[in-house]
Amino acid sequence: MLAALQRARSVLLGLLGLAVLAAVWDLYKAFGPDDGVRVGDRLLVLPRASDLAMPHTWEVVQRLGEPVTSLPGAGSTLGAVVDASLFTLAIATRGFVIGVVVGLVLALLMSRVRIVESALLPWIVLSQTVPLIALAPLVKRWGSEFDRLGYIWTNEQSVAVIAAYLAFFPVAVGALRGLKSAEATHLDLMRAYGLGWWRTLFTLRLPSSVPFLLPALRLGAASAVIGTVVAEVSIGLRGGIGRMIIEYAQSASSDPAKPWAPILGAVAVGLVAAGVVGLIGLLLRPYRTAEATR
Amino acid sequence: MTDLSKTPEKTAQKTAEQATDQAGPAPFGTPAAITVTGVDRVFGKRKREVVALSAVDLTVAAGEFVSLIGPSGCGKSTLLRLVADLDQPSGGTIAVFDKSAEQARLDQDYGIAFQQAGLLPWRTVAANVELPLKLHGAGSAERKARVAELLDLVGLTDFAKSRPDQLSGGMQQRVAIARALAEQPRLLLMDEPFGALDEITRERLQAELVRICRETGAAVLFVTHSIPEAVFLSDRVVVMTPRPGRITDVVTVPETLRARTDATRDHADFLHTVAAVRAALHGGHEPAEDLA
Amino acid sequence: MSVVAEATAKDTRARLPISRLRVSTVLAPVLLGVAVVALWQVLVDHYDVSPLIIPAPDAVWAQVTDNRGSIVDGATVTGRNALLGLVGGAVVAIVGALVSHAVRFIDQMAVPVVAAASVVPIVALAPVLYTMFGAGNETGRVLVAALSVSVPVYLNTLRGLAQVKAVHRDLMTAYAATPTQVARTVTLPTALPYVFTGLRIASSLAVISALVAEYFGGPVGGLGKSITTSASSSNYPLAYAYVLGAIALGIVFYVVTLLLELWVTRHHPST
Repeated sequence: MLAALQRARSVLLGLLGLAVLAAVWDLYKAFGPDDGVRVGDRLLVLPRASDLAMPHTWEVVQRLGEPVTSLPGAGSTLGAVVDASLFTLAIATRGFVIGVVVGLVLALLMSRVRIVESALLPWIVLSQTVPLIALAPLVKRWGSEFDRLGYIWTNEQSVAVIAAYLAFFPVAVGALRGLKSAEATHLDLMRAYGLGWWRTLFTLRLPSSVPFLLPALRLGAASAVIGTVVAEVSIGLRGGIGRMIIEYAQSASSDPAKPWAPILGAVAVGLVAAGVVGLIGLLLRPYRTAEATR
Repeated sequence: MTDLSKTPEKTAQKTAEQATDQAGPAPFGTPAAITVTGVDRVFGKRKREVVALSAVDLTVAAGEFVSLIGPSGCGKSTLLRLVADLDQPSGGTIAVFDKSAEQARLDQDYGIAFQQAGLLPWRTVAANVELPLKLHGAGSAERKARVAELLDLVGLTDFAKSRPDQLSGGMQQRVAIARALAEQPRLLLMDEPFGALDEITRERLQAELVRICRETGAAVLFVTHSIPEAVFLSDRVVVMTPRPGRITDVVTVPETLRARTDATRDHADFLHTVAAVRAALHGGHEPAEDLA
Repeated sequence: MSVVAEATAKDTRARLPISRLRVSTVLAPVLLGVAVVALWQVLVDHYDVSPLIIPAPDAVWAQVTDNRGSIVDGATVTGRNALLGLVGGAVVAIVGALVSHAVRFIDQMAVPVVAAASVVPIVALAPVLYTMFGAGNETGRVLVAALSVSVPVYLNTLRGLAQVKAVHRDLMTAYAATPTQVARTVTLPTALPYVFTGLRIASSLAVISALVAEYFGGPVGGLGKSITTSASSSNYPLAYAYVLGAIALGIVFYVVTLLLELWVTRHHPST
């Protein structure tokens, strides 16, 4: 009873939070200057509130129900966004899976062989510290070069590789911390039972890594989505949300609500990805005892 | 249950007089350090209601050392928290030096120490001891002198510039005691301060606490789950039982044990009193004679 | 005292992801790095790999020295956006977390907004921000950086504020400390390491966001635009040279934040 009431309360408050955000937006649009607020001559610190620069919140929602273009026979915007979202989600999933596999393998290697950890971990940390996603425009070339060598390498694969590149990092670091998190007494116990490395891995290290692994997977999923969207833009892959954001942005001057449609799609893809990882978390609930205390 | 004829209040009055005779520092007419009257504390609501304390009466005279002892869940820590005004009673009244508990807290009439030393890890030992003085606006020269004095009192002068995590558990607890004494309180509230320490360290700190109490003449309300500790330190041992938490017995420690030296622990009366407290804890099923 | 000696020998390094500093922890990654670059050079030379796939390290380095000026210029533009975003986003996030911590219903109201912001590719907002603030303006990019920064800083600060120990809170109550005193002596020092963990993550995120936002349009001049321009004109060694500039920028941001963290939290015990 009480728990249900509390849940209802937090849902209501959450909705209220979103409503406040929308209200601030529309209040600013109603009362803010059309040219925005400037500091000095050029620097805009608050946006232009004109109809062309800033749509009403309800226009953004309405726009989803309208056709993509004014051409006859154009499909609904919502349909187009859903299609693009699914396309992006599929690639992000591929990237996520590759990233998780690579991340887990690296973590296992690092936890097993100390010198591998010493040699590799700084580079793994560095790899995300530096904007290597800047490489994305360059990965595209690989496609045509591999084609020449006889592989069939599509742009989709390039995008998935970049998504995997972003996703593997949190998984590798989180899994490594998790694998090393087993308590010394438990390790001694395994030793006393005479279990080898592999059996210790499955009876102790993997289960005790779950509280670290789940947040890592959540981060990895979010990274995979971000990587996919960015890579779609820089590689110029059509069909997904990333490219759609660029395309729709071009009609922003005449149709300001339109570019928001794919952004809502990107939000949805991100939430779905996080939700799926949440479901994994439900399955692994027995192993999550320590999560709250970390 | 057998010992209910000896009501807490009666014993309290009797020993209050004894304590004043003994400890000396409190002149006649000084208000009691703590007066707890008919206090209840209920946690939760309706069906999940837990009665932590029920109809508790207790008086601690100025300069008196009183221990609260009992199994976990008997409300001894709750009672101490109520006196410290860290929590409020559901019913009844609490007076500290004839003021409300809240006013006593605002006036800084007591010093407090917990089972965890609760030192701020980013401050040096000296800065930790200094904390209450600083919070209450003492001048820097005064603070410096007082900190030096207190660290000397607990024997940690050499560690003034160390950080808490560089000290052992016993040393940390001594810092916490020094901090509790910083403002020369007339009342010390101690919630299992030695609970996490090993037996050897424990006995050493007990001896130190005895010395400090003599030097400062402060009244002490001391929560513990160790019977020998309670008997060694206290003028009176208040025995509590759980569900609902209440005072079932008060054992007065005999005069013969008030010297509180190492020899005290071997005194026949000591073993006797320990047995009496144990018997009270077990509801009087084991007569003290058998054990002594 | 042996306890003291042992504890002072321990230092802040423990908080870094590097477990313990010894010869192998320094030497191993350096050797690995040198080996990879050398192997890369040898393979490219030996198999005559087209620079379209991957240019040789010496070719990239030649471009770096030739275009040092424009790389530094680009890094200045992108770095400025990233820095403004980092500082602005962090300030807003920390203040926001303080408010959320103090007022519970605001915390609950912020939950869905923060949850959405943490899983959403914030760089995707770049085009609409260009529309709102004008495409000739860097404000959109600063905002993208600020938004990306604010999520980890907010979440970590909020977590840090929740770490205050019950015994410390009791102690402050027992001392009848004022709210300001509680904040200064207990809450803020407790939260500080967490705030800096957030900032450390945010530092590299700010650079990445400011850079990637350039892929989505807006004015020319930054490193991101330079990478795409040289890539589309098939000057791959030059593109890699700009990537190297971006890497250097990212490392500078990360290291400066890290040093600041080590300095500010020098009195905190490493956990």
